[in-house]
Amino acid sequence: MELNSMDKQALLTAVESKLKAQFGEGFISSKLNVDFPEFTVKRDLICEVVKFLYDDEELAFQYLTTMATIHYPDNQGHEFALMYQLHNLPNNLRIRIKIFFSNSDVNVPSITSVFSAANWMERQEFDFFGIIFRGHPNLKRILNMDEMNYHPMRKEYALEDGTREDKDDQMFGR
Amino acid sequence: MSTKEKSKIDLKADAPPGIEGPGFFATRIDKVVGMARANSLWPLPFATSCCGIEFMATMASTYDLGRFGAERLSFSPRQADLLMVMGTISKKMAPVLRQVYEQMAEPKWVLSMGACASSGGIFDTYSVLQGIDRIIPVDVYIPGCPPRPEQVLDGILQIQKLVESESTRRRDSPEYKALLNKYGIE
Repeated sequence: MELNSMDKQALLTAVESKLKAQFGEGFISSKLNVDFPEFTVKRDLICEVVKFLYDDEELAFQYLTTMATIHYPDNQGHEFALMYQLHNLPNNLRIRIKIFFSNSDVNVPSITSVFSAANWMERQEFDFFGIIFRGHPNLKRILNMDEMNYHPMRKEYALEDGTREDKDDQMFGR
Repeated sequence: MSTKEKSKIDLKADAPPGIEGPGFFATRIDKVVGMARANSLWPLPFATSCCGIEFMATMASTYDLGRFGAERLSFSPRQADLLMVMGTISKKMAPVLRQVYEQMAEPKWVLSMGACASSGGIFDTYSVLQGIDRIIPVDVYIPGCPPRPEQVLDGILQIQKLVESESTRRRDSPEYKALLNKYGIE
């Protein structure tokens, strides 16, 4: 059966059954988030999962739209999530793959071997969240200045930082 | 202003004091150099965001910065007299801006346009430089977010006033050297 971009439930079922058949325990859960199929897999398998979805003739998710890190500071043991949004261009199918991991071990396999576009995306996630992508050819900061010694998008900094010295407070009435 | 009033404008009002006779006018060389410099500024537009768009309006026909002798923009710091910093300067951009300033030949002036360049503006955040005067000396600040073209013209006129009264060898003065040293610039 040809997958239809309008039938999200069929897409969810098709991808889920293929992932389950291929990875067994590596597949954790799936969910239709409003109208967007989401799949959670084991962190260490992410590169294999993305490669499998790329190579599968029917699914052919050969375009990496974006990836994003999400910080859930209260989610004990799974403080960080990484989301990969994949796109099948011929049939206009879109899915999300999620992995969860703890803030004590922020190592994630790099998917640059599958998508060259992931190179800069992974550098951005490293820059802002300090995620270490194992196997990345050039993991260094991309947007912030090289001298910065922290990862600013982590939810562990106060919005108003009283210790900052780079702001002239007398101009702003504080 | 009526036609009659217009005709009353004294063209020599801006001329420096001097001795005038038939066919000659004698005055101080630094006054003449100052006048020439002030009315032929070559600005280097360092435009990084919306203030740069407002600057385009300032350069275009309605406001026409060319009326004040500054229509020749220089995109090489070597040939520019006036560095116009217009827009948010991120901390990553700071060394670039500083290098551009250092590459400019003396005499040079700096105009900081808009809230972002002058103070970081609304970008009270880790990645944005909180005012370019943290890395280079600034001569004139233009407030506004973004400033109107009229304000930019006023800022240029303020710069011209500075340029006119500047000594021809400003870079030799101890005050100027001390100022640059404060910023760690040789």
